Amino acid sequence: MKNESHLKKVLNAGHFAVTAECGPPKGAETSVIRKKAKFLKGFVDSVNVTDNQTGVVRLSSLASCVLLKKEGLDPVLQMVTRDRNRIALQSDVLGASVLGIRNILCLSGDHQSFGNQPQAKGVFDIDSIQFIQVVRQMRDQGKILGGEQLSEPPHLFIGAVANPFADPFAYRVVRLAKKVHAGAEFVQTQCIYNLNRFKEWMKGVMDRGLDKKVYILGGITPLKSVRMAEYMGKNVAGMDVPEEIITRLKGVPPKDQRQEGIKIAVETIRALKEIEGVHGIHIMAIEWEDVVPQLVEEAGLHPRPEV
Amino acid sequence: MITAERKPLPEIKEMIQPFRKILVVGCGSCVAECASGGEKEVGVLSSALRMDAKMAGQEKEIEELTLDRQCVYQFIDQLTNRIDQYDAILSLGCGAGVQAVAEVFPESVILPALNTTFIGETKEAGFWVENCRACGDCKLAFFAAVCPVTRCAKGLFNGPCGGSKEGKCEVDQESPCAWQLIVERLDKSGRIDQLNEVYPPADWSRQQGKGPRKIHREDQNI
Repeated sequence: MKNESHLKKVLNAGHFAVTAECGPPKGAETSVIRKKAKFLKGFVDSVNVTDNQTGVVRLSSLASCVLLKKEGLDPVLQMVTRDRNRIALQSDVLGASVLGIRNILCLSGDHQSFGNQPQAKGVFDIDSIQFIQVVRQMRDQGKILGGEQLSEPPHLFIGAVANPFADPFAYRVVRLAKKVHAGAEFVQTQCIYNLNRFKEWMKGVMDRGLDKKVYILGGITPLKSVRMAEYMGKNVAGMDVPEEIITRLKGVPPKDQRQEGIKIAVETIRALKEIEGVHGIHIMAIEWEDVVPQLVEEAGLHPRPEV
Repeated sequence: MITAERKPLPEIKEMIQPFRKILVVGCGSCVAECASGGEKEVGVLSSALRMDAKMAGQEKEIEELTLDRQCVYQFIDQLTNRIDQYDAILSLGCGAGVQAVAEVFPESVILPALNTTFIGETKEAGFWVENCRACGDCKLAFFAAVCPVTRCAKGLFNGPCGGSKEGKCEVDQESPCAWQLIVERLDKSGRIDQLNEVYPPADWSRQQGKGPRKIHREDQNI
């Protein structure tokens, strides 16, 4: 196939993959994405573009992906089911494919009440797992929901997210299994600060043999300050920031906390590299994308493989 | 039952402002049960409106009537011989009641005094919670009698999302995560394996396919 997913090639070749997240700007401009692309290039294999994350209106994920592609990067199109029904979702999946996008990440999306349009109608016509199944069916069988045949199927490497830290904990592995069963080929996890709990989840993943069926990329978000660590731990549901991380950040003066946050992230990446069944990392440096090259270099993951 | 809340008094006052003689019409069914539109509430609202008109030096005549049901013609018919006396009807029925009355009396002004809110259950005195969206295709058998359409903020059929923490929903800390309840209840009743299957997309045409839904039963025509 012409123009295959770079991420897929890296993972299939057995390399430890590096992806990063890129947040689009709140305006009709190209410079932000271009700038972020310039410093990510060469340090990551693929770049995720968030889809109106936290329900805040931003430049569309699809348009941003096209801009990233023009800059020579392999974009991962994030699509949430919050804003579009099955007609629009399937149509945009086809649109992404013809624009040369080769990776898609299917999510339900943050609830609209968290964003800047809290009066919006949440669509949620289908959920993230059903969406994965729909994209997989479109690609492999060339059929849309309901069974109608496509003239040409979309070419996409299909991803999902997993949160090892949300409740009910025992059900978290079952949920990943469901996503794999639905057709996910790679998963990117929620930010990992509690390595013990992540390892416990990975054990469940391995016990079910899921690591052989799906590529798992561990989520990394470098912390900028004690305040950010406390905020994420307390206010972001499904986020687990252990007390020891907060204590460690508190142990350094405020001006050095960013550096400490980077150190923690690098140590986490190095630890993840040693965990069996983990196939890569996904760096979500929120509005701090320029730290990505440093993290990748210090974690010994630069240069990126040619495939 | 169908629950409703009375609109704020200023909004009601503004609605009835152009009218002098008004009939406040309650409903003895759901909205009486949830203490928003029954005989008692008709009395309270009418007194408040009379008092307010008096204070403002306005001449208003406000009368009261509560029907057993505002959504059934047999009961609405009680209005037939007196409706022409009034400039407006202020209905304390649910949205179905307001429209049913309006349909019968096309030349009358029918105004809603309630905001119809949801189908729900009475949790305790003065506390009602939504638990049915009337999707037209009840799936409770699959979800241990906890409705994900209504009680999960995202309506997920394959939940929970990543925002479930300590049994609470990230959207509203006062609400239990519906999926936590589903998982627990399926586990307790030995049906946890049901969750391994991917639940297919819903058929929303059962809820909103062709405008207003109808139920037509020949056996009821006799």
